[in-house]
Amino acid sequence: MSRARLVPAAVAVAVVAAGCGGAEEAPAGSNTDAAITIFNTEPENPLVPGNTTEVGGSRVLDPLFTGLVEYRAEDAQPVNAMAESIETTDSKVFTVKIKQGWTFHDGTPVTAKSFVDAWNWTAYGPNGTQGASFFSQIEGYDEVHPKDPDGADGPQEAPTPTVQEMSGLKVDGDHQFTITLSEPFSVFPVTIGYEVFAPLPEAFFKDRKAFEDSPIGNGPFKFVSRAVGTDIKLTRYDDYKGDDKPKFKDLTLKVYQSRESAYADLVANNLDFIEELPPNALAGKKYETDLGDRVVQRETLNMQTIAMPFYLPPYDNVDLRRAISMAINREEITQRIFEGTRKPADGWVHPLMKGYQPGQCGDYCAFNPEKAKESFAKSGYTGEILLLSNTDGGHQEWAEAVANSIKNTLGVEARFVPSTSFGEFRQKVNAHEMTGMYRAGWIADYPSIENWLTPLYRTGASSNDGLYSNPAFDAKLAEADKAPGEEEAIGLYLEAERIMAPDMPTIPLWTQFTIGGKSDRLKVANLDPFRALDLETVEVA
Amino acid sequence: MGRYVLRRLLQMVPVFLGTTFLIYVMVWAVPGDPFEGKCGERDCPESYVSAMRERFNLDDPLLVQYAKYLGNLVQGDFGLTSSGLQVADRIAATFPVTLKLALVALVVEAVIGITAGVVSGLRNRGFLDSLVLVSTLFLISIPVFVTGYVVQLVFGLQLGWISPTVTSPTIGNLIVPGFVLASLSMAYVARLSRASISENRRADYVRTALAKGLPQRRVVGVHLLRNSLIPVITFLGTDLGAFLGGAIVTEGIFNVPGVGGLVFRSILTKDGAMVTGVVTVLVLVYLLMTLLVDLLYAVLDPRIRYD
Repeated sequence: MSRARLVPAAVAVAVVAAGCGGAEEAPAGSNTDAAITIFNTEPENPLVPGNTTEVGGSRVLDPLFTGLVEYRAEDAQPVNAMAESIETTDSKVFTVKIKQGWTFHDGTPVTAKSFVDAWNWTAYGPNGTQGASFFSQIEGYDEVHPKDPDGADGPQEAPTPTVQEMSGLKVDGDHQFTITLSEPFSVFPVTIGYEVFAPLPEAFFKDRKAFEDSPIGNGPFKFVSRAVGTDIKLTRYDDYKGDDKPKFKDLTLKVYQSRESAYADLVANNLDFIEELPPNALAGKKYETDLGDRVVQRETLNMQTIAMPFYLPPYDNVDLRRAISMAINREEITQRIFEGTRKPADGWVHPLMKGYQPGQCGDYCAFNPEKAKESFAKSGYTGEILLLSNTDGGHQEWAEAVANSIKNTLGVEARFVPSTSFGEFRQKVNAHEMTGMYRAGWIADYPSIENWLTPLYRTGASSNDGLYSNPAFDAKLAEADKAPGEEEAIGLYLEAERIMAPDMPTIPLWTQFTIGGKSDRLKVANLDPFRALDLETVEVA
Repeated sequence: MGRYVLRRLLQMVPVFLGTTFLIYVMVWAVPGDPFEGKCGERDCPESYVSAMRERFNLDDPLLVQYAKYLGNLVQGDFGLTSSGLQVADRIAATFPVTLKLALVALVVEAVIGITAGVVSGLRNRGFLDSLVLVSTLFLISIPVFVTGYVVQLVFGLQLGWISPTVTSPTIGNLIVPGFVLASLSMAYVARLSRASISENRRADYVRTALAKGLPQRRVVGVHLLRNSLIPVITFLGTDLGAFLGGAIVTEGIFNVPGVGGLVFRSILTKDGAMVTGVVTVLVLVYLLMTLLVDLLYAVLDPRIRYD
C-alpha cells in the first residue's frame, strides 16, 4: 500500500556511518544500529535544560541529559539515575552522592560541581530562565532571585542580586553535595527528576552560545546536528554509564508543521513515532483502520477539571458546587464524546500517582440526579450557570455536553461560553476575571501526590487561580511537607485531600489516555506517563 | 524608463515604512500574553518575562519600540527570535524553499493555463473549449486545502506513488505541492487567456496578418499571443507574490519547510520579531514583483511607454 522512502535511505546511511562500531548484547531479531525518526515540534527556546520547559525543546533535551533521578516509564516513580543515594533525616537537608565514572559527551567528568553550578545558573534571576522557580525551595533562592517589585510588566526592574550562588547548595567533594531547603519538603527528591535539574558541563559556562548551538549532555544520546525548522539529529552515546541504554543508534526528531502531515507520514511508515495523534485521526476512531496494531495507547499524567471562581457568587456556594458535580454524567460523556479515551476521575490525585487512593471524592463525583437536585435546592440558587472554556484545544464538544448534563439534571439554565484562544483565556483566569466556572487542566510537573494538591489548592499557591482557601487543609499540607519519610507524607497528603473533598474546590472530570502511533519497523515502542516516547524500550525490527 | 524605475523604487519607501509599522503594531497588540505557551502549559516565571520584555523592548512606548526595531532593520539586523535564533538566518533558510515551490507552481500555472486558454480560445464552443470551461470551473470551486488533502490521501497513502510529505525540498519533490498550489490560479489563467484570445482573434491586426499570408502558427504565436498575454502577465506576476506569502496551507499539508509555515508558526507562538521580519521581506518582494510586471508591459506592448 505504501512505500517508505526516507527511512530505508536513513538506515543505509546509518549503517555506513556506523562503520565498524560493534553492537553489544543484541536482543534477538532487533537491529541495534537502526535509525528512527520521531515527531517533534520546533523548540521554542535555546536548548539549555534550565531554560526549556516547553515540550518541543524538552523532547530534545530529555535524551541528551540524565539527572540525579529519572522517572520510571511504567509507574512514573523516581529511581536513582546519576544519584548513588539521596539521604535525609529531617526532609530539610539532603545529602546527595553521585555515581563515579560518568562523563559528559565532550569527555569531561560529571561531578557534584556540575550539578551545583547548573542549578545556581538556572536560579540566578538576571539569567531570566524558565526553570528558575523550580529551585525556589532551596535555601538562598530569594537572594539570587529577588522579586520584581511591581511585577514583570511594571517599569521597575528587579534588583540585581548581591550573591550569585544559593546558600543551600554546598559541594562536599567531587561526588557529593548537600542541599538545604528553606522549609522541610518531604517530596523534594521526587521533584529533581525534571530536566531543569540536569547537570551542565564546564563548556556551557565558557561559551553559552556554542553550547546552545550544540548542547553537550550526559545522557544516553549525544547531539549531532540541527537544521532549524527541519530536524534535530542525535546519536547513541557509547560511553553512557546508565541503565537506560537505547537499543538503536540514531534518533532524528523531525519538525512538522502540523500533526496532520505527520500522521500522513506515519500511516505511510515514513515516520516512526508520534506520541499524540491529530484530531482528524481520532475522530470516529479513524486511526483504528489506518494503523491497526500500530496504535500506541497509554494513560498519561493529566487531568481535566472544572475550576470554581471563589471570588464570584454563586460559585462560592458549596451546595451548588456539589450539585453541579453530581449532575455531570461523567461515564456517558467519556464514552459518547471521547469514545473511551478518557476515564472518569474519582478524586483530585491522578490514579497513576504513588499513594493514590480511589474514591477520595466520594459521592460528590458520582452521577446522582436525586442528590444533585436535593443539594441544588439547598443552595437556594436558581439563576443561570455558565461554563467557560477556550475552544482551540477541542474543548467545545465536551463542554457543551457537560453544560447539557447539568441543565437536564438540575432543570436550570446552563450554558457553555466559548473563548477563542488559550492565551486570552489564561489571561482572564490569571486576572481573576472569569464570569462563570471554567475549564482547567493539570499536567503533573513531577510525579508526586503533592503536585496534585499544593500548587492548585493551597491558599495563595501559584496555580490556585480560583482563590480557594481552607486553613485546615493548608495546615495538613504543611504537616505533610515536614513529614520525615515518603510513606508518612503520602498518608498526610491523602488526609489533606479528604479534608478538601467536601468543599469541592474544583470538580474533577476525567483523566486522559494518550493515543499515539508507531511504524511497522518498531517492534516495541511505549509511551511514558509524560506523553513522550520511552526511548529505552524502543526496539527496531 | 530609468527615471520611472527610480520613482517607483522611491515610492516603495513610504509603503515599506507603513507596512512594517502596521505589522509591528498588530503583532504585539494581539490580545494575550506574548510569552504564553513558551514555558509549556504553565505560566512563565517573572524573571523570564522581564528578560524577554527587555529583549524585545516591550517596556518602551510603542513608537520608540518601532524606531529601535527599524533602526536595526535598516542596518540589516532582523533581530532574534525568543528561541535565540537569528531571524535573518531563518528567512535565508526558508525563502529559497518557498521560492522553488512558487516557481514550480508558476511554471505549472503558466504552461498548462496558457496552453488550455489558447486551445479553447481558438476553438470557440468546441468540445475542447467546453472541457476547459468545465474543468476550470471544477478547480475554481474547490479550495486548495481540499485539493491538497485529496492528493495526499489518494497518491500518497492509497496508491503510494508519492511520499505523503516532502522529505527534502528539491524541485522534483516539490512538483506535487506545486501542482496543488497552482491548481486554482491555473484555472484562472486558462479562463483569462481564453477570453483574451477569443476577443483579439477578431482584431484588425490579426486579420491583416492573415491577409499578408503569414502562416497560422506565426499569427497566433507572435501577433495574437503577445497582445493577449498582458492581463495574464499581470495575474502571473501578482500571483508569484501571493505564492511566496500565501503557501501556508500547501506547505502545512506537505510539510514543506518554507516561509508560509514559518509565518504561521510564528504567529501562533507570537514570535513578533519573526512575523515582522518575514512579512517585511514579503512586502518588498511583492512590491518588486509588481514593478517587474509593469516593466514587462512595455516589453510586450510597445505602445506603453514610461517616460
